[in-house]
Amino acid sequence: MRITTENLSYSYGENDKTLRVKALSGVSVTVNEGEFFGIIGQTGSGKSTFVFHLNGLIRVQKGCGAVYVGDYDLTDKKCDFKSLRAKVGMVFQYPEYQLFAETVRDDVAFGLKNFFPGLSDKERAEKVRRAIETVGLDYAKVAEKSPFELSGGQKRRAAIAGVIVTEPEILVLDEPAAGLDPVGKREFMNLVHALHGKFVKTVVIVSHDMNLVSENCTRAAVFSHGEIIKTGTPKEIFADERTLENTGLDLPVTAFLEKRLKEKGVYIDSDLTIKDFTDKFAEKFAGVKKQ
Amino acid sequence: MALLQVENARFSYDKKTEALKGVSFSAEKGDYLAIIGHNGSGKSTLARLINGLLTPSGGTVTVDGISSVDKEKCFQLRKRVGVVFQNPDNGIIASIVEDDVAFGPENLGVPREEIGERIDFALKAVGMEEYRKSSPARLSGGQKQRVAIAGVLALKPEILVLDESTAMLDPKGRKEILSVVKKLNEEQGVTVIAITHYMEEAAEARDIIVMSDGEIVMRGSPEEIFLKGAELKKYGLELPYPAYVAEKLKEKGVPIDGVVLTREALAEKLEKLCE
Repeated sequence: MRITTENLSYSYGENDKTLRVKALSGVSVTVNEGEFFGIIGQTGSGKSTFVFHLNGLIRVQKGCGAVYVGDYDLTDKKCDFKSLRAKVGMVFQYPEYQLFAETVRDDVAFGLKNFFPGLSDKERAEKVRRAIETVGLDYAKVAEKSPFELSGGQKRRAAIAGVIVTEPEILVLDEPAAGLDPVGKREFMNLVHALHGKFVKTVVIVSHDMNLVSENCTRAAVFSHGEIIKTGTPKEIFADERTLENTGLDLPVTAFLEKRLKEKGVYIDSDLTIKDFTDKFAEKFAGVKKQ
Repeated sequence: MALLQVENARFSYDKKTEALKGVSFSAEKGDYLAIIGHNGSGKSTLARLINGLLTPSGGTVTVDGISSVDKEKCFQLRKRVGVVFQNPDNGIIASIVEDDVAFGPENLGVPREEIGERIDFALKAVGMEEYRKSSPARLSGGQKQRVAIAGVLALKPEILVLDESTAMLDPKGRKEILSVVKKLNEEQGVTVIAITHYMEEAAEARDIIVMSDGEIVMRGSPEEIFLKGAELKKYGLELPYPAYVAEKLKEKGVPIDGVVLTREALAEKLEKLCE
């Protein structure tokens, strides 16, 4: 499913003019199926407001543009948000705060019961088991436990199991790695990539970590004051310093190094992943040594 | 005696497992200490022990000669230690920014006119002076966190404990907080204890403590700590990004000597190699 927004605007405090705050203004963007799409920008730039539109958590305001996800027209009053939400999974910051049920199994099953009430108990149990295993938890060990007995990292995995249990085609992640230790963060990103290779076709990820964006994203959009001021590959985005200057973002380490070397007349043209950058630099260095 | 003295401190939340298994360290006035460790290593428990929010079940925590076990003096201890937590929503109480910042000093009975000065100082230190009359509810996460830090700064603590206070901020917000903290440390001699998952932030400290499973497993300067990449990995940690890139380059035959902690240092080394 492709995501398209057309001239999307949004104001908080719509009913009271004195309180009105414009959070989005004229956002048009297309995210194609299969992409790993980054959303970056300063805190308060409209990133979360934007992604909350993608499954109708925030409804498109009247006369404020349009959002299409696959065949769903989210401005249409008859839009079937329930089935949409089963297809667009949303993981918030600190997803473990969403846990609520008495056992991990019930927690994971909750969404399934709501979205697919017609499932037989057996089918449901099977889907729940699969989701718990997919996020890397041991079903036999955690299923009957209270989610609150789990460690921090496990809690987060359990919460994500509850989102992916419907096998969403689109996975939207809002700062999902905040608060994780470095190894936890890497394992989490590995999990997202693993899901991206399965039923998840498109990933939309909000992040403040520019290294994460350059390392993982096919394309990204830069938000500033409610508008998208740039869309492109990490390479294109981080090459445009003027744009970045005013947005409170910094360069990923690889882009920073390329820039510094370029100023000395050394051109490394990598895709900004660490692997490609170090490969190309090593190659360049071997050439310099020969001379 | 050191300003902060933690001696064989133990703590258990549920009596079954110990979150802290006998931790000892000290910090002098003006120290800048980073504490790193995997999720669940006991870092945040330690932060809560330092300001007397929790009292150790064994051992002692002393600040400026005041033991946190002494219930009557615990309030004195909290006056000296300010803690900024991860999620600013949990720390903000007032409906106007300046009231929120004033809450602490008002409780301590600071005279009215001085409270005004402290609000000025604190909001300026975190770059939020233009939001003085705003409602915290309408601020972004990063802005709220800056207000929360201002609320602690207004108490003029001797020790500032940052418990992953930058985890929810954007790069600019993070840089701002770091430079505010550095300034407070360097110019006003505030002792800083920064608990963080960002290795680049830890590299800014003068000293790093590594925790794992409720114990201190390493202590040293950033150079000393990040020289031991393999050991760090064992504890669920990694090298700062620039050091990681340097490691990868070394593996590919690029001769880089020593530990590289910052992107600037790495850029300089690479420039030299290409000359």
